[in-house]
Amino acid sequence: MTTLTPILTEFWDDPQSWTLATYEKHEGYQALKKAFTMAPGDLVNMAKDSGLRGRGGAGFPTGLKWSFLPPPDGGPRYLVVNADESEPGTCKDIPLLMAAPQFLIEGVAITSYAIGCNHAFIYLRGEVVHVYRRLMRAVEEAYAAGHLGKNIHGSGFDLDVTVHAGAGAYICGEETALLDSLEGRRGQPRSKPPFPAVAGLYARPTVVNNVESIASVPPILLHGADWFKSMGTERSTGFGIFSLSGHVKHPGQYEAPLGITLRELLDMAGGMRDPDRPIKFWTPGGSSTPMFTDEHLDVPLDFEAVGAAGSMLGTRALQIFDTSVCVVRAVDRWTEFYKHESCGKCTPCREGTWWLKQILGRLEHGQGDEEDLDKLLDICDNILGRSFCALGDGATSPITSSIQYFREEYLQHLELGHCPFDPRDATLFAKEGASL
Amino acid sequence: MTATPAEKSVEKQDLVALTIDGVDVAVPKGTLIIRAAEEAGIEIPRFCDHPGLDPVGACRQCLVEVWMPGPPGPDGTPGDPRQMQGPPGRMKPQASCTMTVAPGMVVKTQYTSEAIDKAQHGVMELLLINHPLDCPVCDKGGECPLQNQAMSNGRTTSRFEDIKRTYPKPINISSQVLLDRDRCILCARCTRFSEQVAGDPFIALVERGALQQVGIYEEQPFESYFSGNTVQICPVGALTGSAYRFRSRPFDLVSTPDVCEHCASGCALRTDHRRGGVLRRMARADAAVNEEWNCDKGRWAFTYGQTGDRLEFPMVRKDGELQVVGWPEALDAAAAGLRAAASPAVLVGGRVSAEDAYAYGKFARAVLGTNDVDFRARPHSAEEADFLAAHVVATGPSDSAAGGSAVTYADLEAAKAVLLVGFEPEDESPIIFLRLRKAFRQNKTAVYAVSPLRTRGLTKVGGHLIAAAPGTEPEVLDALGAGADDSAEFSAAAQALRAEGAIILVGERLATVPGALSSAAKLAADTGARLAWVPRRAGERGALEAGTLPGLLPGGRPVADAGARAEVAAAWQVGSLPEAPGRDTAAIVAGARDGSIDAVVIGGVDPADLGLVDAAEALEKPFVVSLEIRPSLATAYADVVLPVAIHAEKAGTFVDWEGRTRPFEASTPTNAVSDYRALDMIADAMGEFFGTRTLAEVRAEMEALGPWTGARATAPSVAAEEVRDVEAGQLALATWRHLLDKGSLQDGEVFLAGTAPKPAAKVSAATAEAFDLADGEDVTIGLADGTTLTVPVVVTEMVDHVVWLPTNSAGCDLRAPLAAPGGDHVTVTKGGQR
Repeated sequence: MTTLTPILTEFWDDPQSWTLATYEKHEGYQALKKAFTMAPGDLVNMAKDSGLRGRGGAGFPTGLKWSFLPPPDGGPRYLVVNADESEPGTCKDIPLLMAAPQFLIEGVAITSYAIGCNHAFIYLRGEVVHVYRRLMRAVEEAYAAGHLGKNIHGSGFDLDVTVHAGAGAYICGEETALLDSLEGRRGQPRSKPPFPAVAGLYARPTVVNNVESIASVPPILLHGADWFKSMGTERSTGFGIFSLSGHVKHPGQYEAPLGITLRELLDMAGGMRDPDRPIKFWTPGGSSTPMFTDEHLDVPLDFEAVGAAGSMLGTRALQIFDTSVCVVRAVDRWTEFYKHESCGKCTPCREGTWWLKQILGRLEHGQGDEEDLDKLLDICDNILGRSFCALGDGATSPITSSIQYFREEYLQHLELGHCPFDPRDATLFAKEGASL
Repeated sequence: MTATPAEKSVEKQDLVALTIDGVDVAVPKGTLIIRAAEEAGIEIPRFCDHPGLDPVGACRQCLVEVWMPGPPGPDGTPGDPRQMQGPPGRMKPQASCTMTVAPGMVVKTQYTSEAIDKAQHGVMELLLINHPLDCPVCDKGGECPLQNQAMSNGRTTSRFEDIKRTYPKPINISSQVLLDRDRCILCARCTRFSEQVAGDPFIALVERGALQQVGIYEEQPFESYFSGNTVQICPVGALTGSAYRFRSRPFDLVSTPDVCEHCASGCALRTDHRRGGVLRRMARADAAVNEEWNCDKGRWAFTYGQTGDRLEFPMVRKDGELQVVGWPEALDAAAAGLRAAASPAVLVGGRVSAEDAYAYGKFARAVLGTNDVDFRARPHSAEEADFLAAHVVATGPSDSAAGGSAVTYADLEAAKAVLLVGFEPEDESPIIFLRLRKAFRQNKTAVYAVSPLRTRGLTKVGGHLIAAAPGTEPEVLDALGAGADDSAEFSAAAQALRAEGAIILVGERLATVPGALSSAAKLAADTGARLAWVPRRAGERGALEAGTLPGLLPGGRPVADAGARAEVAAAWQVGSLPEAPGRDTAAIVAGARDGSIDAVVIGGVDPADLGLVDAAEALEKPFVVSLEIRPSLATAYADVVLPVAIHAEKAGTFVDWEGRTRPFEASTPTNAVSDYRALDMIADAMGEFFGTRTLAEVRAEMEALGPWTGARATAPSVAAEEVRDVEAGQLALATWRHLLDKGSLQDGEVFLAGTAPKPAAKVSAATAEAFDLADGEDVTIGLADGTTLTVPVVVTEMVDHVVWLPTNSAGCDLRAPLAAPGGDHVTVTKGGQR
């Protein structure tokens, strides 16, 4: 039986959890002090040793990413924190920044020191104005306390942190599009190579990391790589925030070791919202990861096992759908999202999502024929791996996986000529016994 | 097999060997896969890719399968190639337009990989779902990359049965470019061209997803001198030219290789015509000169022959009126008048072909017996003639077979530093501007301009301004030659000029500043920088080579040299050539006015351009034979008018600023004759054998003469003049022509005229303050001849006490006032009536 490991979420229930004072009561900025006693290269090795993998979805080893920076040449190097959390279902960075932003700021300071960066940027999703305010206030507090600024704690190390609010574009979560946006251009992904480690922000060596990755750095530094590795599985070490949403009794953020299963998490979350309606399908890591069904409740939620089961761990955004939900309707909504968020740079994503949305929109209302399903799969085949960045790939996941598991339900729509579900049944405000 | 062409031969170790569709290819390191495939004769479909633009990888049409060599074994031999995958187990196609070659790489295109063929068909299908199938009415139909590649790499039928994205169509993004957004496949060629090549980011992609579209800033249309290139490189019919839209089908057109007649850049063009009328002109690829680009003037200003006032028949003045007559009568009249003249002269503009210019020069010397011949239909000086004889004539480009030493476009691109003096490339030789921008972007070439103001063009080439008021150029050039100065910019320029590969470009305008050309040549000698002269008109350099200066015979032979005269006399089969020094344009006009010249043969000259007071009226007294295409100030005073062919109707040669010969063919059929033939007929009527009946005859004679190999003329050493002080209430006038202006060769093209820069008076912030002027408000300029004009003020980075105005724009014609005494100063008054 796996138990929760509240580390980043440890004091979220404190009445003033977001203040520097609260953070300092919970070992806050101890790690930064420790960092200044170490050589930057040792910090990079520490990150490597811990096995910390990027928490933004792709799971690239964080320490390895830092070590890709070329040797210092006297010019600036940048740390950019990707806080453009926009994936449907993903809700870990925003709550973390709301509840305990100092984790990130301390992590930024340690990472910047490790990679030789004197100006770090936090690129925040534009819509979350309340989080923007809180983060700005947290940065102010850190400056005032001398955790940021010139000659931090007498170490001789200078660091400025700029919080930048985007304009609300999913594509800006793609690291190179984020950099373009941060530079003041339209957010569209760049060609790689050159990779950001070589020519990133303002064509300078840049590390781009997820909020949770950087926020995990202070606890790892304070307690050691071995402590971190004692949690999780062999190749997916440590803890992570699992976000449960949808038809679950107690939705929210559950911080647990990687490798926990959904069955365990559901137990912790009080089970399904309606005990009579079992789970129908769920996403392991947000809408761009292929969906799972009740067959997959015991798949360990780590990078390897989820991959082996045909999906991706992604951002551990567990969206739970019970039997009241029409899978065609859900996929149609997700596809609308990708169509709306496609940046337009490459043909497969731009035109493909436009077309997929139209077909799914028809199918939900029972218009079309079985050939449309094959057409959907073939269009997905023509997008997956052909688009410029992973946005196009992600758009195909819900479609191909839903047809894989629920082909019959699609056909049912076509036979009936309409959707067999009442969408109101799935809502929180649905009254028991209320009829159409 | 090595498919690298001989001229690009690279040292063996720099070549990367790979296999494409089983064909072994070796290409230079850094080559893109799509280019390597071209070398092997394998065509991969593409839309966004363009060799002149930075790769973007947007359209995804050029996907290929790539296998990279595995890690080397213990003995160092590379491992077996491994297919690039993602996600594992699934081949990940790569965009061949963004990926560079690697040693041992194995590439499979649509010809050898089924998965790639399917991927390409998939992308093509997606490109077409939102593309309107209006090919039958689209200008691009028949020459459309989308149409062609949809046939070669697309499905036979569409599976799309849903709703297409539509837009109102078309929208004007400038007066000359129209945009059909529904046709656009968002390849970003146009926006990348504008941003990267032209440096005019007036268009950009806006919105996102399938609603992404090309847009302009509100109320800021696409007014770039190079906008026409976007129409040419658009791979669909999304961008069309207003003038050509719905006018023709490509398969109805006949194409003739051509060279542009508008400036000395020497662009290779393709003239497309149908039933005797030119419908459009395109840039023709010429790597050494214009690469794949041209300017909007070269592309669209060809309608001056279609304005309805072409001279079609010879005319002779009878009872004070020009009357249409037959050719024999007109020729006899011309012959009689010229035979009776005691002191005839020849004026030829800078717009005729080198062959025509040669004939004018030969006509003056061999038939009229005079050295009074000049091609400079603009302000000029004796110093300039000496400068051209000493430094410019009979030099050829350094990449020519003859192995010349003159500066070329390639030299500009490779130069560490380029100094511009009396020359604004974007306005006066736009392809030099494009090459300087490329040099700046790719090789960090430092550009310095001795100029009164920082122009938009200078900013776009990352240039540095060495501010100089009009007339102070010699002083500035001498100071650069001397070296250091207080200003960092200035010292950097002085130092850069001394580095290897530095180049000085001087414009024809420098002739108006006494001592400036002498100083420029001295600066080149002092610093070791190479020197080149850039005239504005297309025919000037050819005319110089053809010997239409008072002191020069064909090939740069000095008239003063008896040996040179003898050589030419022998070639022309005449006893001797006139020895007496000839008069230049200004002296000829003065002679016509005072009666010392009693006959003038004038061709392709607008007297208003000469920069002389009442130049046209000076033609009243002498007997005038005018060879013209349309009525002009010259024909108004002519006794005999002979109609001649326009550029599109004749074959010939231009010589560009590099000294590179640019032969062109006749595009449209005509009865009109070229100037050399008309002169031959006059000579015939005078009873002289002239020998310029055909182009072949003229060219053979020019070739047989060849360039002068004797001693070059001595360089001029003219002292600078004191610059006149500016009186209170006045400003010194700086001026040159905008590329798009009131020039008569742009007549009849309203769409082009719509994008011409509006005239404005440019002043420095200090000057504006002194005259209480604010940016954007009107100012009235009082000119030397008493006329006034009112234009808006633009405050910009420039020298104080100077105002800049365009020479010949709509509402701002300074040609006559400049010729008036004191024309270099103007009065300035706030406000005024427009």
